[in-house]
Amino acid sequence: MTGPLAAIFRRDLLLAMRIGGGAMVGVVFFLAVVTIVPFGVGPDMNLLARIGPAILWIGALLATLLGLDRLFQADADDGSLDLMMMAPTPLPLVIATKAAAHWLATGLPLVAAAPVLGLFLNVPPEAMGAVALTLGAGTPALSLIGAVGAALAVSLRRGGLLMAILVLPLTIPVLIFGVAATNAAIIGPLPFGQPFMILVALSLMSLVLGPIAAAAALRFGLE
Amino acid sequence: MMRLTAHALTCQRGGRIVFADLGFAVDAGEAVQVTGPNGAGKSSLLRLIAGLVRIEEGQLTLEGGDPEASIGEQCHYCGHQDAFKGSLTVAENLAFWTRYLGGGGRGPEAAMERLGIGHLAALPAGYLSAGQRRRLALARLLTVTRPIWLLDEPTAALDLASQRVLAGIMADHVASGGLILAATHGPLGLPTRELAIGRAA
Repeated sequence: MTGPLAAIFRRDLLLAMRIGGGAMVGVVFFLAVVTIVPFGVGPDMNLLARIGPAILWIGALLATLLGLDRLFQADADDGSLDLMMMAPTPLPLVIATKAAAHWLATGLPLVAAAPVLGLFLNVPPEAMGAVALTLGAGTPALSLIGAVGAALAVSLRRGGLLMAILVLPLTIPVLIFGVAATNAAIIGPLPFGQPFMILVALSLMSLVLGPIAAAAALRFGLE
Repeated sequence: MMRLTAHALTCQRGGRIVFADLGFAVDAGEAVQVTGPNGAGKSSLLRLIAGLVRIEEGQLTLEGGDPEASIGEQCHYCGHQDAFKGSLTVAENLAFWTRYLGGGGRGPEAAMERLGIGHLAALPAGYLSAGQRRRLALARLLTVTRPIWLLDEPTAALDLASQRVLAGIMADHVASGGLILAATHGPLGLPTRELAIGRAA
């Protein structure tokens, strides 16, 4: 049971790292979004510090969704998905493994880049940790929710745009509680723990529900 | 004794009935050549047996197989798409599928040697020619043991020498009690029974 999952985890990571893989695309996009905001908002340091965590979160959300429609589409295009669905390994576990590899390749670099990019936005140093912590807790939920959209996109053919429309509303709670937790850490008055716990709960919920829903979507896509 | 039986199968794809009321039986140690005009549903039949296309009506049963596993889990499906990633090397691609599908056959190196692609092991699969990719896909048949082989145009893009190697591999599989269903227009190079499907439409 662990052999097949370890194999797919390793393969997806390798693919993401190789030329043409999506590992660095997300970080570069994140960098682009965050760097243009100060130019648009103007040199108001206080305003930037206030909206900084939200910008970082929105950037991370969009960067995560950027390549997510390829999560199953690439495997569907070359026939890998057929063989994966024929194998005895349960499909939800395969999907959870693919989402984990996706998160490690695209989500974790965003978490690591967020404190550095926070400098551009005049985010106070004590808030950097909070931003990284909330992104670390929240981005797994984005990968897992996105997997459901990616699975639907495969079964509906050319559903890249549809995926964004389907997935964005579902990610809004993650965004709200991610930013709320970060703001709570910087300006209060709410305690940090409360929204952060909800954020963790959202990630755990999507860990259970996401792969099952995505597997159902892929099976539904069978003609 | 393994026996794959289809009874009154109907297959529908994209709202069109591809074939209807199809019945046949394949016994262990038998190679069946599925023939028919283009669009008759040869590929659809193989995908249907693999569990990749829903059975609209009828039954498909496997006697003497693993009762715990579905029919698809006991099949090798070798379709038009070969499921290899261009940015991974030949050896990495084959090693992945061998581990993912459970192995049980001969080692990847031995399988690549048998098909004459051993010297390509370190090359990214994206640089392979069509025939070499096909041979890599066929190597999967050797590294992972499955009793039923579903081969869609297995000889496509293969040169004559490779076709003979493939015929030898299929003969070995049949001799060891395996089942083969191959959709093809040309001869396979081993004794087969013909299953003609499709109306002339």
